Amino acid sequence: MAIGAAAYTLLMLALITYAVGNGSEKIFSIEGLKFFTSTDWNSVEGRESFGALPYIIGTLISSAVALAIGVPISLGIAIFLSEMSSSTILSKISTPLSFVIELLAAVPSIIYGLWALFIFRFWVLNLIEMPLYNTFGKSIPFFAATPFGLDWFTAGIVLAIMIIPIVSSICREVMRAVPDSQREAAYSLGATRWETVRIAIFPYAKSGILGAAMMGLGRAIGETMLVTLIIGNAIGAAAIPSSLFSPSQTLSSLIANEFNEASSDLHLSALIGLGAVLLMLTMAILIGARLLVSRMVKVSPGFRE
Amino acid sequence: MLRRSSRRKLVDKVVSVFAIFSVILSVVLLGSILIEVVINGARALSINFLTQTPGAIGSGLGGIGPAIQGTLIVVGLASAIGAPVGVLAGIYLSEFAGNGIFPSSVRFFNDVLVGLPSIVIGIVAYVTLVITLGSFSVWAGAFALSIIMIPIVVRVTEETLKIVPNSMREAGQSLGIPKRKIILHIVLKSAKSGVITGIVLAISRIAGETAPLIMTILGTDLYFTSLTGPVDALPLRIWRLASQPYQYAHDFGWGAALILILLVLGLSLGLRLLAHKRGFKIGSIAAR
Amino acid sequence: MGLDEESFTSGEKLKDEEIKVDKAIDRQTQSKQDQQKQQQVHKVSIKNLEAWFGTKQALKNINLDVKEKTVTAFIGPSGCGKTTLIKCLNRMHEMTPGAKAKGQVIIDGIDIYDRNIDAVIIKRRIGMVFQKPNPFPTMSIYDNVAAGLKLNGIRDKQLMDYIVKESLEGAALWDEVKNELGKPGMGLSGGQQQRLCIARALAMQPEVLLMDEPTSALDPIASSKIEDLVHDLKKRFTVIIVTHNMQQAARVSDDTAFMYLGELIEHNPTKKIFENPEKELTERYISGKFG
Repeated sequence: MAIGAAAYTLLMLALITYAVGNGSEKIFSIEGLKFFTSTDWNSVEGRESFGALPYIIGTLISSAVALAIGVPISLGIAIFLSEMSSSTILSKISTPLSFVIELLAAVPSIIYGLWALFIFRFWVLNLIEMPLYNTFGKSIPFFAATPFGLDWFTAGIVLAIMIIPIVSSICREVMRAVPDSQREAAYSLGATRWETVRIAIFPYAKSGILGAAMMGLGRAIGETMLVTLIIGNAIGAAAIPSSLFSPSQTLSSLIANEFNEASSDLHLSALIGLGAVLLMLTMAILIGARLLVSRMVKVSPGFRE
Repeated sequence: MLRRSSRRKLVDKVVSVFAIFSVILSVVLLGSILIEVVINGARALSINFLTQTPGAIGSGLGGIGPAIQGTLIVVGLASAIGAPVGVLAGIYLSEFAGNGIFPSSVRFFNDVLVGLPSIVIGIVAYVTLVITLGSFSVWAGAFALSIIMIPIVVRVTEETLKIVPNSMREAGQSLGIPKRKIILHIVLKSAKSGVITGIVLAISRIAGETAPLIMTILGTDLYFTSLTGPVDALPLRIWRLASQPYQYAHDFGWGAALILILLVLGLSLGLRLLAHKRGFKIGSIAAR
Repeated sequence: MGLDEESFTSGEKLKDEEIKVDKAIDRQTQSKQDQQKQQQVHKVSIKNLEAWFGTKQALKNINLDVKEKTVTAFIGPSGCGKTTLIKCLNRMHEMTPGAKAKGQVIIDGIDIYDRNIDAVIIKRRIGMVFQKPNPFPTMSIYDNVAAGLKLNGIRDKQLMDYIVKESLEGAALWDEVKNELGKPGMGLSGGQQQRLCIARALAMQPEVLLMDEPTSALDPIASSKIEDLVHDLKKRFTVIIVTHNMQQAARVSDDTAFMYLGELIEHNPTKKIFENPEKELTERYISGKFG
């Protein structure tokens, strides 16, 4: 009986692939590979045409921002927790800090979205976007659009916050796994703390850290609800950003926004097609991450969407 | 020479400052989230808010009663499906399986399943249950949530069981107790807290999921009618409220968010406090 | 502080520019010059050293002098504080959470516990080899030896090649690895790895070489190679070695310090310790009556 339950995993994977494949069959049979390169998104009857390209781009750039910001900060936290907790003052902080990180991981993403939409967006708008716009808006086209705070950049920043718990905890685990004898060797040569991290810890933990980043990437790519509220909801070619402050759209946010209002079978199939693309992307990343991070590192079950 | 050494020290200082900054940043952000939810949410709370159905859009009346009820129903049903399957699979992996092709691929793909986007899971549930049954339903929603829940439970169960020392199993064997009973009465008993912790954490996770509910339970303004009909849920309601242009809707959204956070954090925190009291140390496995 | 590339030659000590420039240290050095004339023979002078782990005192009022270019062994039963003592000599003791040390450790005229001395930088002048060989696994043999040099900003490849060769020769490893410098450090046998770690420490041209039970993880043949090496090393370095193996202490050292329960019981030439110890406790330990 237990074997049956275990077989569930493989069965479920098969089911997922089948369901997504079946649902998207229609759009792929009509558009074929053009689905990946077209920027159309036209649901008007008689002129229907759907392409996933803008949303693939939106997904990738917002996740890129998320990684660019989230990984260094996660590393900073991991360095703090695994290397800087030796003085008694700082070590008292590390338990409450781990607790804080766990809490961050437990907050449902819709609540991140709520907070991002009503609160954080204005922080980004006033502290980062407006200053950039005022200083560079006239000279550099990339900063030329009027910022509202509802764009792929803000989405990327909030995604960064979301992935910090998982990336930092995996990084911390792999860094902790480096034997103390390595640290002693580096310190005995007179290395500073950062140099010790650089020559004794990072090389040892390299693949684990990379795996952590990939986990974070997988998470950011799959995130839906928060993105729908903060990315500005652009459609079609307009979703391809022309500036830092352009509204955009990701694969998952468009599915969430349009699924219940899909106007035709083809439209629905196109949305499921987006899901297929998302599925392929995510599986590739997760399989890569899984291969990099050994099972000895216990992965958080608490991350979501 | 002087420059070189002071440069090394400077770099070290910069990195240390950055590390501390990262820590402070994450604390500040979490603090902001919690504070905003509590402050804004508390304002919307009232008995009416918790028990009434939503009023007409734009009216400023009503409450989120159906959403609370719906969350409890769907999450409860999903857990009733997901927990047993997950625990059984975890037992299999830990007690019966070795490292052959089948168990290894189950473990590998289980880890992959944990990370799949939940909106894709929602699509799967839509295609399999909503289309075939012809309507949005509680079943579809519970099915989708259980798909998300099971891999987590499998993982936690396997790892918790693995920690139980082999000497216990051997003691049972030497007494002639059949394997099935050894697992149920000896191994599982000793790992009980860890497994339950894992289940509860998985539950608190799916309670906060929104995306898979969009295309499965649809959401409604009415209280629960039947398992084959649509139902509302807190995360879904929050999303809809936040998307409306009315201030009162936003306030309601905060209120619903407060309820949701109390539910989710209450589950995971309450559990850890209980576990600490019992002296059971939650390792990194289930605790995050 | 760093290696002065232009002035580096074989056998010459590192010029510690930074410490010289630091005025506070200058004053201290100058005022000690007279004392130094008397202490000229003493490379290391430990004065009133005490150490704790939290509230537990691990070293009580240690006073000990070590002569230049000699080998001194610290012996004693488990828990006597010999490892704690050697770790105080390069300020690694206090890196353990809750650990503290107080007193003076004067190496070549400079008190490493002086307030103005940077605990991180001072380690560059004192070499340490650990019980279990710990080469950096992701680095080649060459890179392992050069690790400390790179940290100090040495970029001249010729200079680095020269120092690496010299250090590996000094560690009696050069002949065995000279054609495989690019191979990973972990590929060597246990005894070779330990000699690699010695070479890594030697590359920094330390004032003093500290060895914490360097052969306890090695087989007898590898151990005896290391012991022969120590004989050679003392021509150029002052060596302090912790060992739980009394016979090793007898074979390898010029002077021996016997410790018990955090106190220095007796410190005398090795011959005297083993043949005619002053203290009864020493005699009992030597003859195996305890420990």
